[in-house]
Amino acid sequence: MNGTPTSTIFLVLRRLRTPLIVLIVIFSVSVLGLTLMPGPPDPNGGSMPRLSFFHATYFISYTATTIGFGEIPYAFSEQQRLWVTFCIYLSVIGWAYTLGTVFAMLQDKNFLNAVAAQRFARQVRHLREPFYLICGYGEAGHLICQALDELGYRAVVIERDEAKVGDLELQSYSADMPALCADAGQPDTLILAGLTSRYCRGVIALTNDDSTNLAVAIAARLLAPSLHALCRAEHAETAANMASFGTRHIINPFEKFGEYMALALHSPAAYNLLLWLTGLPGTTVTRHREPPEGKWVLCGYGTFGRVMTEALENAGLPVTIIDRAAPLAATHSWIKGDGTGGEALRAAGIADAVGIVAATASDVNNLSTVVTARELNPKLFTVLRQNHVANRALFDAFESDFAMVPAEIVAHECIAILTTPLLAPFLAFVRQADDAWAETLLNDLTGRFGWDVPTVWSVSLNISQAPSVYRLLMRNAAELKLGELLRTPVTDRPPLACVPLLLLREGDPPRLLPGLEEPIRLGDQLLLVGSETAHKDLGLTLFNSHTLKFVLTGQDFPSGLVWEWLAARRQVRDA
Amino acid sequence: MNLEKVIFGFFIVLAATLNFGFVIGDIERPELHNVYEMAAALIVSLIATVLKFGDRTQIGAIHLATSLVADLQLLAAAMVWGYAEHVANTGLTPSTMSSIVSLSGGALFANVISVVILIAETIMQRR
Repeated sequence: MNGTPTSTIFLVLRRLRTPLIVLIVIFSVSVLGLTLMPGPPDPNGGSMPRLSFFHATYFISYTATTIGFGEIPYAFSEQQRLWVTFCIYLSVIGWAYTLGTVFAMLQDKNFLNAVAAQRFARQVRHLREPFYLICGYGEAGHLICQALDELGYRAVVIERDEAKVGDLELQSYSADMPALCADAGQPDTLILAGLTSRYCRGVIALTNDDSTNLAVAIAARLLAPSLHALCRAEHAETAANMASFGTRHIINPFEKFGEYMALALHSPAAYNLLLWLTGLPGTTVTRHREPPEGKWVLCGYGTFGRVMTEALENAGLPVTIIDRAAPLAATHSWIKGDGTGGEALRAAGIADAVGIVAATASDVNNLSTVVTARELNPKLFTVLRQNHVANRALFDAFESDFAMVPAEIVAHECIAILTTPLLAPFLAFVRQADDAWAETLLNDLTGRFGWDVPTVWSVSLNISQAPSVYRLLMRNAAELKLGELLRTPVTDRPPLACVPLLLLREGDPPRLLPGLEEPIRLGDQLLLVGSETAHKDLGLTLFNSHTLKFVLTGQDFPSGLVWEWLAARRQVRDA
Repeated sequence: MNLEKVIFGFFIVLAATLNFGFVIGDIERPELHNVYEMAAALIVSLIATVLKFGDRTQIGAIHLATSLVADLQLLAAAMVWGYAEHVANTGLTPSTMSSIVSLSGGALFANVISVVILIAETIMQRR
């Protein structure tokens, strides 16, 4: 099957051509022969007339299909019986051949693929709500699907591995997720999966293969330029290539973790704040131990090892590398060997080191390295690269200080970009802010909302996302303060359980942590963090004029022409 | 020479010729229209239909459509014949015979279109 799905009905017809012709020939030979056989002798002398085409067709029809009503319309002559015997065997062969072909076709790989592709295309065509297109249902894809499902978004999945598509069908998602087993690098497949659909909100390319991700990125750029495209790239060249044609979000898990590590070294509170804000929905974040300053040992100088070395050296910490091959730059101190054995670790000076990074591509070797290292120096800070989510139990049992799970990093990043576009500029501020500020903010927020991952959402005060505020501000020029809006629509109007993190206004510099006295204007964009209930309550306020009026004044106003008129009269009379 | 094309052309032309042979003759006289010729025309027409299955081109679609029309007309004619002989027991009256032959005549028209398409296709290919 190459890209375009063959229409199943044509495939069926083409396969059944020979069996159908065989069946027609057998049938017509049988019927014709039966009409030619002389009938039995007539009691009045002479013989009965030969069977007509009508009777012969009737007889052969029920005989060939093994129904067998007997000899109708009269007891047959010996010649007719001889011919019928022949016909019975002939028709059995015909039916067996036809049915055999049909069943073989139903189990045929190509046929099943064609049927699956058609069903998938139909499902996607009938999607009438926003969805995300996910290419590659690996570990990261799985996490993202789960998160999207929890957030109430639909997803369409393309995955090359059949076993993983099967796994997707076994997951109990609340919404149905159409999945196709195909190569995401083919533009036809992407179109089939709804890349050009007007309900498609974004493309997420997460396959293990950089070239496939690149193909998805370029297809998205050319076929649907306005879509968000999130692409995973593990090699710097791929990332540069993607960036060259304007892919907006390129996610390199190793680079990302390097950034996290640098942030954790530079400002632990900011790092924890970032983890808390970008956590996967429904999970709890635990506060991490701060990476200590001192000498570090790194095992495995691959792509990830290089990024980590850079992050540590930029923070001014000396790093000793253990690897079989020498690093490219001779400036690093290097011990030849294997990190899994005690010898190389001792030679690298594990006894007086403060931390170790196990960065090889093998989970077992990484675990073995840190276990050995911790035996030699129990106080070590450990950074572990976990390559497969499936090995989680082992990594949890070890309790490393930092675990670098590429799939989880990619998933965090994607969710953050997709659901709250304003989060990225805020996080950029957090990365640059000083530690004391981040510490205060973190303590403040976690003190209020706990360590469970909060709801982070953004709101644009325009006609589509906040119609009631839009109408109010357009009609009367009254000033509206942020604090007035952020109240719960219940008796006494307590403040909503949320905190505004960022206010973007065109022409003004972004305001971090805007105060509740801040006046709001149309076109403002707000980033908020808080509880899910607060999110829903604010949504109600922004959409419903009556709720907004209640939130602003604390009074329930009558609605409907008659009641409004009566209320106005009463007001006049009272005054 | 392509054997597949030979078989294909053979069945299409045969369906048309058998149909023509059956239809020709005074429309209301049963003795001029042979039942075996009618059966042969129907069977060959069915086989021609199946041979046209699975061609996704525009011409293939028209081919299939004309064949389906011919089948439908011939089946209707056969059913009228069977009904007159065995269900109504009126035998082949001139009116029954003329409706059988006119139905087959319709099928002949469809078969002629089939043959015309076949010829047009052959001329178009120029090889």
